[in-house]
Amino acid sequence: MSDIQISEDDFLKFREFFYRKTGILFEPSKRYFVDKRLAERIQASGSEGFRDYFTKVRFQVSGEELQALINAMTVNETYFMREAYQFDCLVEHLLEDIVEQRTDAGPIRLWSLPSSSGEEPYGIAIHLLERWARLDDWDVQIISSDIDTEILAQARTGLYSARAVHHLSPALLAKYFRRVGDRYQISETLREVVEFTQANLADPFQMRHYRDFDVIFCRNLLIYFDDLSRKQAAESLYDALRPGGFLCLGHSESMSRISSLFRIRKFPQAIVYQKPREAR
Amino acid sequence: MKHILVIDDAATVRLFHRDILEAGGYAVSEALNGIEALEKSLQTDFDLYLVDVNMPKLDGYGFLHELRAREQPQAPAIMVSTEAGDRDRALAYAAGANHYLIKPVRPEALLAAVGLLLGESHAP
Amino acid sequence: MGLKKPPTQTAATQDERRLPRDFKGLCQALEDDSPKARRWAARDLAAFPEASAALLARLGREPDHSVREVILTSLTRLGDATALAGLIDCLRSEDALLRNDAIEALQQLPEEVAPHMERLLADPDSDMRIFAVNVLQSLRHPQVEPWLIAVIEHDPHVNVCAAAVDLLGEVGTAAARAPLRALKKRFAEEPYIRFATDLALKRVGEG
Repeated sequence: MSDIQISEDDFLKFREFFYRKTGILFEPSKRYFVDKRLAERIQASGSEGFRDYFTKVRFQVSGEELQALINAMTVNETYFMREAYQFDCLVEHLLEDIVEQRTDAGPIRLWSLPSSSGEEPYGIAIHLLERWARLDDWDVQIISSDIDTEILAQARTGLYSARAVHHLSPALLAKYFRRVGDRYQISETLREVVEFTQANLADPFQMRHYRDFDVIFCRNLLIYFDDLSRKQAAESLYDALRPGGFLCLGHSESMSRISSLFRIRKFPQAIVYQKPREAR
Repeated sequence: MKHILVIDDAATVRLFHRDILEAGGYAVSEALNGIEALEKSLQTDFDLYLVDVNMPKLDGYGFLHELRAREQPQAPAIMVSTEAGDRDRALAYAAGANHYLIKPVRPEALLAAVGLLLGESHAP
Repeated sequence: MGLKKPPTQTAATQDERRLPRDFKGLCQALEDDSPKARRWAARDLAAFPEASAALLARLGREPDHSVREVILTSLTRLGDATALAGLIDCLRSEDALLRNDAIEALQQLPEEVAPHMERLLADPDSDMRIFAVNVLQSLRHPQVEPWLIAVIEHDPHVNVCAAAVDLLGEVGTAAARAPLRALKKRFAEEPYIRFATDLALKRVGEG
């Protein structure tokens, strides 16, 4: 593609920097992928080479290029049941833990953000209906938010390409979707139970309306924030949770660089962050 | 092969300790603060922890304190500090450290301490 | 029972709104018995430019970790002279957690902290100088490399230099080469400095 060379030391230097910024650690086996993306960004930003580019990423006050680089490094594909092991964790462990601690019969509240085009919140709904037997005993609310109003409109409509649903079994597809031409629309029942709202996690004043959640899915979003906004977002999520509530981050994300507010809980499927039960 | 978690916020220090330990025949993983170390210790059974004192988010004392509060067999820990004073040493042992080394660490001192704690006689 | 659509979101519930959301009311709420109310007050105070002194006063006696975190975030957002002086004072605290949090906060304030940097790097206490180098870690400021070079050229303490070398491996340019070589000579007996300078030299490009 180009003659931009990334040396071994460049790679290690970049790897350490990116790790500190995002919590994502590229193993040496990802070298080819990283080099390729780096070369693309070096070219796109008009830099002369790795060194010049690295200086730009590190010192640019706007952080614009870092953002572009993160986008390039985190291929963000959404489809139904992406990282579904966390949904397994939800129905097998998190909800059980929550129900056990509950002293009232109020609704269990789940929050999924960013909603993107709706694959995650609808996927959670399907998972609950299929896999959580105690759904008969509890009311469950699913709220899903995104900053982007256009994508929210898409989510509410719930029309998906064959590609987006390729991980679903034919049985589930038949049960929860309606074929519309070459696309699939999520059933009206599900569209009615998921509440979509416009919300900006980076705005603490808007976040005050989101509270009393038992489980929050906030996957692959915090990596796009700068350090301070990320810390502030974590603090907003903390306040949006009930004591004992759980926060699920993306597969390669960790709270360890962001905030020390949460407790780490290990479940067979995943590491999940918990607001301490005794938190007030 | 015994597996050691090296915990330090400075990348160079982690690499230095890694080099020494790998040359000594140990497998090494890294964490850059106490919280990440707690996470990794839930996913892997390490045989030993090499813990820096001063780190962001959760420091070495905090890490050991939480690790020692868990109900499971505990691996030994070596605390690494820039402080040579008795007070800091005492704090480290009180937090659950089994050995205390002063920075900058010397390779032979590190390998000797690790060998001792893992019950191996380390012939350099 | 089952999946239910929630009733339309109700805006702010009562508990954290017992007091008026003006400056005086928020300062009062900062003393509330409930940590939750104190967190909300600390967060909202970030919108008031005159809030730094009140936040710092609370930080000094705030027992709850979660409230302290929010206070520090708001102080960083405010980033005025009062906030800055208070954060720098935290570097001298005996409380390691507070100290490390203050370092992270200061990393976010490059322009503000820059005028204080030379003084911090010349502090008689070597721990303070290490913390000052740590502040430089994520600082987006053109002076970072010259400061680090000055440290490795002049600081007598091996661990202050060690912290600076670690960072020079990331931000250093050709200008750091000669000082790195000189440092390696100055601490020729220290295996760590030898290792760290070699690594940094490789990364800044040995020319």
